[in-house]
Amino acid sequence: MTRLEDLGNFETAWCPGCGNFGILDALKDALVKLDLDMHKTVLVSGIGQAAKEPQYLNCNFFNGLHGRAIPAATGIKLANKDLHVIVTSGDGDIYGEGGNHFIHAIRRNIDITVIVHDNQIYGLTKGQASPTSDPGFVTKVQPRGVINEPVHPLAMAIALGAGFVARSFSGDKGHLSSMIQQAVAFKGFSLVDVLQPCLTFNKKNNFAWYKQRIRPLPQDYDSHNKVWAFEKALQWGDTIPVGIIYRDGRSTYEDACGLMNEKSILSQTPDPAKLVEIFEEFF
Amino acid sequence: MDLTIKIAGEAGQGLQSVGGLLSRLFARKGYHVFANQVVQSRVRGGHNWFAIRISDRPVHSPSFQTDILVALDKESSCHLKELKKDSVVIFDSRLAAFSFRQGRMLDVPMADLASKAGGNKLMINTVAASLVLGLLNFRPEDLFAFLRQSFGKKDEATGETNVRVAREGYDFAHKFDLGGRIADFSRPAGKPKMLVGGSEAVALGALAAGCQFISAYPMSPSTGIMTYLASKADSCHIVVEQSEDEIASINMALGASFAGVRAMTASSGGGFALMVEGLSLAGMIETPIVIVLAQRPAPATGLPTRTAQEDLLFAVHAGHGEFPRVVIAPKDIEGCFYATARAFNLADKYRIPVIVLTDQLLADSFATIDVLHPEEAVVRRYLMTEDELKQARDYKSFLLTRSGVSPRALPGNPYCFVTADSDEHDEYGRITEDLDRMRPRMVEKRNRRISGLLKELKPPSWHGSRNAKEILVGWGSTYGALKEAVDTLCADGVSIALVHFEDLWPLDCKHFGFLNKKRPAVVVENNFTGQFANLITRTTGIVMDRRISKYDGLPFTAREIVRAYRDLHKKGGRR
Ligand SMILES: Cc1ncc(C[n+]2csc(CCOP(=O)(O)OP(=O)(O)O)c2C)c(N)n1
Ligand code: SF4
Ligand SMILES: [Mg+2]
Repeated sequence: MTRLEDLGNFETAWCPGCGNFGILDALKDALVKLDLDMHKTVLVSGIGQAAKEPQYLNCNFFNGLHGRAIPAATGIKLANKDLHVIVTSGDGDIYGEGGNHFIHAIRRNIDITVIVHDNQIYGLTKGQASPTSDPGFVTKVQPRGVINEPVHPLAMAIALGAGFVARSFSGDKGHLSSMIQQAVAFKGFSLVDVLQPCLTFNKKNNFAWYKQRIRPLPQDYDSHNKVWAFEKALQWGDTIPVGIIYRDGRSTYEDACGLMNEKSILSQTPDPAKLVEIFEEFF
Repeated sequence: MDLTIKIAGEAGQGLQSVGGLLSRLFARKGYHVFANQVVQSRVRGGHNWFAIRISDRPVHSPSFQTDILVALDKESSCHLKELKKDSVVIFDSRLAAFSFRQGRMLDVPMADLASKAGGNKLMINTVAASLVLGLLNFRPEDLFAFLRQSFGKKDEATGETNVRVAREGYDFAHKFDLGGRIADFSRPAGKPKMLVGGSEAVALGALAAGCQFISAYPMSPSTGIMTYLASKADSCHIVVEQSEDEIASINMALGASFAGVRAMTASSGGGFALMVEGLSLAGMIETPIVIVLAQRPAPATGLPTRTAQEDLLFAVHAGHGEFPRVVIAPKDIEGCFYATARAFNLADKYRIPVIVLTDQLLADSFATIDVLHPEEAVVRRYLMTEDELKQARDYKSFLLTRSGVSPRALPGNPYCFVTADSDEHDEYGRITEDLDRMRPRMVEKRNRRISGLLKELKPPSWHGSRNAKEILVGWGSTYGALKEAVDTLCADGVSIALVHFEDLWPLDCKHFGFLNKKRPAVVVENNFTGQFANLITRTTGIVMDRRISKYDGLPFTAREIVRAYRDLHKKGGRR
């Protein structure tokens, strides 16, 4: 049984009032409600303010390099598919420095969950534009405003064949927890992009800004419809839809590779006798 | 006996299949074989060759001379200088006419022979191989049996056609009056030997070590490792993942290793350059990993299909910050097997990255091996036992210990949490900025493992007398050529020995006792700047200014080393 108090209560390095607290709370809530065995769970992150999250939980964690959370998570899952692997990192980390890995992890469809703390800013490095910053957004490095088109992570994920694509808000614990729970329960690559205010460096996309714009998906929304999903995934402005934007099942890498259908790779000990057989092929 | 057969022609002409077939047949007859390929970085055309050296003694390097040249294109005339008076040139004037006459020229209508026996154009390869075997009086039945076996039951008809074609070629050459045979191979030289490629040897070493994960991105000359392991994925329970880039390769492998399986990656210099941050991560999170760095000439893309020893200092220094690593450069193909297997044990024992430094010469060559001993590479994981885990109530992934090595648990165990943090961390693996106590202690702990490692690493090997008046010093794949050079010089009355290093980092001063003022030592390396010579100077304070270097992209031959040595002497020793 996983209880809230088992997850610990750590002092954090986050600014007071930061959206990261909401994400940590919701994650804890989800872990408790899912009753995940924390000993069979690994949290993986890169570097950034968001990426510190695993440090604030009693858990196994791999807090790796900036941008490289997803490949590390992939290796962990492929080695031991019995572990629940949850990536929790920043928008700069996952969509910027780690963008290439984001693309290819979706193609692989490894059964991991990626939670992106999307504050549209580089927090830890003190306020430069991130790949999701709005055009025109002014920072010290972009004094004339961001020129580049933002990446559209949800649309990108859908286009690449992700099976579970959701968006939520750090200010709505219930919704976010529910998204995380469903993402973790989903078999295959799942993405939860979390709108997260950064009080210190992103004065534009603040709590009120998000609160005003987010709308749950309509009752009759069919998350299996790819065309609708693209439309919702690209919607940004006066209304920003939150919820499970797209859902589809396809076989995971772990199943498709045929190497770990019964047991994890870790629990299949190599057989030394095999090697002697293999040597014969060289005569 | 020391004979070299060279199959020369364009890429796409099947040089490798002729060369592979011949090498395998001689290995089966118990001969020592060393086969290497020299190719241009292209898929068709150009001029390439496959050289097979056959001897009754072990050989690990190419020879300068060619006894039988199978010349399949006009460019093959570039091998003229390697021919002796009694060398044989097999060619087909209909495919490539030569204006020169050198050695004994054997013009064979190869395509005609193939079609006469009902074969197609592709079977010119079989003709070429059987011509060579006919000249050497090799037992034809062994050739036929091999062809039948390689086409197998599935393609019996093609197998039989190949046998007919081979008979045609064999008889043609056998009847030919050369005025004296080059050599007679009608009898076996001993028990059948394995014929193993360098990349295969590395892969077999990994399998012997129980490696279960490789993520890599294709890059010559390292790709063969992943290719071979992919063919054994099912039977050996190994995940082989072609990653999106080398950054992913090393981070995936580190993830897999953290989760508990033995993991590796492989690349050449360019890919290794992309891995460097990950290498440093391995140093920080004390997670074992084996990295094969198959060198090729650089900078940048350099010469993708050629050889060099230019990345020694890169391997030793790569990675920001200070952390221990091991660098091993196997001396030959058999050495690739043992070095790789040992690399995994060292990586696990000290929780460090271990770099196996090979090169194109090793990766793309084939050599005979009597037998491999996987039992010499006993798998030792150095993981905590279930009992130890049960007792460790307050487990710390980075426990400060005297040796610097912290007991290792794997995530997924029901007793404790396991962590890895690329930030500076405390013993639990949690981020810290405690500069007074924790930071210095962690730095010291990480680097303390070097003293254990120094005890672990092997001294150089000697070839020749310990009392020799002069020394040749080498490392890695130049071993074969150096050993032969020493034999040649000794036969000429020079008092010289080879001191050869496989374990290159960390280096221990005590292994350099052989250097003294009265005994000149020449460092021989496949690079321009003398990287190992410089490393020795740094370690011992002794200036190593007698050097033989080669950096044209080709491996050393013994003859080159002997000549360079003599030249050096004439010039008074120093470069
Ligand atoms: C290779 C590398 N480049 C740059 C950095 C510096 N860096 C640390 S975090 C970060 C960006 C963080 O942004 P994000 O991932 O969005 O996290 P946030 O702090 O906003 O939560 C950068 C550029 C680094 N640590 N490593
Ligand atoms: S900088 Fe922004 S994102 Fe980072 S902790 Fe502070 S408020 Fe949160
Ligand atoms: Mg951010």
